[in-house]
Amino acid sequence: MQLPPALCARLAAGPGAAEPLPVERDPAAGAAPFHFVARPVRFPREHQFFEDGDVQRHLYLQDVIMQVADVPEKPRVPAFACQVAGCCQVFDALDDYEHHYHTLHGNVCSFCKRAFPSGHLLDAHILEWHDSLFQILSERQDMYQCLVEGCTEKFKTSRDRKDHMVRMHLYPADFRFDKPKKSRSPASAEAPGDSGERSEGEAMEICSEPVAASPAPAGERRICRHRIPSTICFGQGAARGFKSNKKKTKQC
Amino acid sequence: MWSRRQGRLRPTVCGVEELRRRRREREAALRKARREQQLVSKRLLRDDAPEEAGEGCVAAILGETEVQQFLRQAQQGTEEKEREGALVSLRRGLQHPETQQTFIRLEGSMRTLVGLLTSNQALLQLEAARCLHELSHSEQSTVAEACLPATSYLLTYLSGHSSDFIELCLYTLGNLIVESEAVRRQLLPQGIVPALAACIQSPHVAVLEALGYALSQLLQAEEAPEKIIPSILASTLPQHMLQMLQPGPKLNPGVAVEFAWCLHYIICSQVSNPLLIGHGALSTLGLLLLDLAGAVQKTEDAGLELLACPVLRCLSNLLTEAAVETVGGQMQLRDERVVAALFILLQFFFQKQPSLLPEGLWLLNNLTANSPSFCTSLLSLDLIEPLLQLLPVSNVVSVMVLTVLCNIAEKGPAYCQRLWPGPLLPALLHTLAFSDTEVVGQSLELLHLLFLYQPEAVQVFLQQSGLQALERHQEEAQLQDRVYALQQTALQG
Repeated sequence: MQLPPALCARLAAGPGAAEPLPVERDPAAGAAPFHFVARPVRFPREHQFFEDGDVQRHLYLQDVIMQVADVPEKPRVPAFACQVAGCCQVFDALDDYEHHYHTLHGNVCSFCKRAFPSGHLLDAHILEWHDSLFQILSERQDMYQCLVEGCTEKFKTSRDRKDHMVRMHLYPADFRFDKPKKSRSPASAEAPGDSGERSEGEAMEICSEPVAASPAPAGERRICRHRIPSTICFGQGAARGFKSNKKKTKQC
Repeated sequence: MWSRRQGRLRPTVCGVEELRRRRREREAALRKARREQQLVSKRLLRDDAPEEAGEGCVAAILGETEVQQFLRQAQQGTEEKEREGALVSLRRGLQHPETQQTFIRLEGSMRTLVGLLTSNQALLQLEAARCLHELSHSEQSTVAEACLPATSYLLTYLSGHSSDFIELCLYTLGNLIVESEAVRRQLLPQGIVPALAACIQSPHVAVLEALGYALSQLLQAEEAPEKIIPSILASTLPQHMLQMLQPGPKLNPGVAVEFAWCLHYIICSQVSNPLLIGHGALSTLGLLLLDLAGAVQKTEDAGLELLACPVLRCLSNLLTEAAVETVGGQMQLRDERVVAALFILLQFFFQKQPSLLPEGLWLLNNLTANSPSFCTSLLSLDLIEPLLQLLPVSNVVSVMVLTVLCNIAEKGPAYCQRLWPGPLLPALLHTLAFSDTEVVGQSLELLHLLFLYQPEAVQVFLQQSGLQALERHQEEAQLQDRVYALQQTALQG
């Protein structure tokens, strides 16, 4: 297919168009038996016209999906430690460190050191757990905001909010980032039957002994083998960090 | 984007012929699936290639005890490396459908996996996410549905900061979306649209590409026009999508491909196209078309047609909207560079991907049908002859070429004067020799217009054995009336 040589130059030049030629239709043009009418055509989603292009698209997607499933080889670097105070996790790949940092040190509550997956959840936590004005206001008006992005509903209690999230947003009833703030009485411990849960929150709640007795001392294993700072948890259970300050001396 | 993908390609052991054969098979399977309206199925996305041993050895199928053991080790192991290793072994096993079934049938397995996914151990979290991703590849909707407890967390993590992790969550979501309506029914109330609208502001190209993929799968769902597209249109997603399609130094081809397809699924569902026109879709897509034509001239890059195809479709469908006239959209597109760009793309398709010629000609039809301006551009830029060169490609292409020529000819004598003398009449005499009724029918329509507005053409037609060419079709039911009418015109003229 040969294009006129001036065409590429035309594309590179500025916008514009020649003056359109005058239109002058004769009624005999559309007279029977002829029936041509100039009209733009529209094709809906499933039309067969799209078959070839769709097939090309899916061939491309197949390649992409295959490659996404591949776990890329991580470039290794000499081992280095996380520089955040109180954390001595060691890494030999930058991607691992980036992920660790964002997970554990990214959105951290400065009051209780809990880490959250997003700024949005951190903000909600600080408001509901550490803001005394919030407590006062919540006695008089609905202050507990729905945690789902884009939902503006507010509720009187965190319980009501949870019900809303379960009913309207189909969230799990045990959504890990919406634990109600516990009172300090041992009686208010969470159901111990959650097999997926780490038990450290509850264990600390009921007996203020260190976690050594627990079968699954959660949190990170350090190569340097110091005990995990008890303030590192993931928004679960009680405010361990406030319980016994003397534990803090054992942190690294 | 292209170089990144190629960098992650597994080295394959099979040769070029084998690859070609496999590709033909895949293409045939896809074609069949599309005709059965099953193109959105997962089994077609994940091409089974067990011979490609990327990670050393082919993973073994895991039995129930082994799955339990790995899960326990991951959850309760003492050494971090041990726990991570257990999950890696689980992930490898989950490449097999049998292991996937074993996993979902095991009580508490998903609960444990979700627990690891939401743990504060970053590397465990990542490996758990990879296990989930592996499960999301399953061809069985039961496996996808078993992943339902994880979706609220996948969505939560989209507003995090670790781009690799977000990318993985997005691809996992995209896969789950494809496989199961139950998953989609849950994701919408869980807020997937606002989550995506927030995530699309990420600066990371890989995240955006993954988001585009997930969104395109959501938009292809059967129930999308009623249940999904309205909320997408009501969000800020359309503006962001159009931003990703603006030509310039920030345009990333891989990202643009995904969002162009998203836009196509929205537009061809015809839910609320005037809204998109109001957001400047015509202008953005028109400029992108010009950019593509420029790129096509500069680079041998195979792959631009992946972007060109949805852009052509979006433009073509949008041009049928009445809103085009009122918003002044046509005015933006009156620029004759659009026609120049389209022909450059047509030439590119002709050489590299002839199956896309109809789509390009579709746009040409929609541009010229009601536009004296574009018809004039075709004439003034000398594009009639190149257009005629496409006639031999196929019957479908012939009909479309002839339709575009009719679009020009029907505008009256000023236009037909520029169509004749020239290569048009000989080309018409040639198409009259075709056996395809539609091709011949369209040729007759064009002849009629030509004779009406340019009577001098009749004589030449007669001299070049036109009547004999017509006679061939006078018995054909769909053609005979028009053949007869033309014969009369010719004999009287």
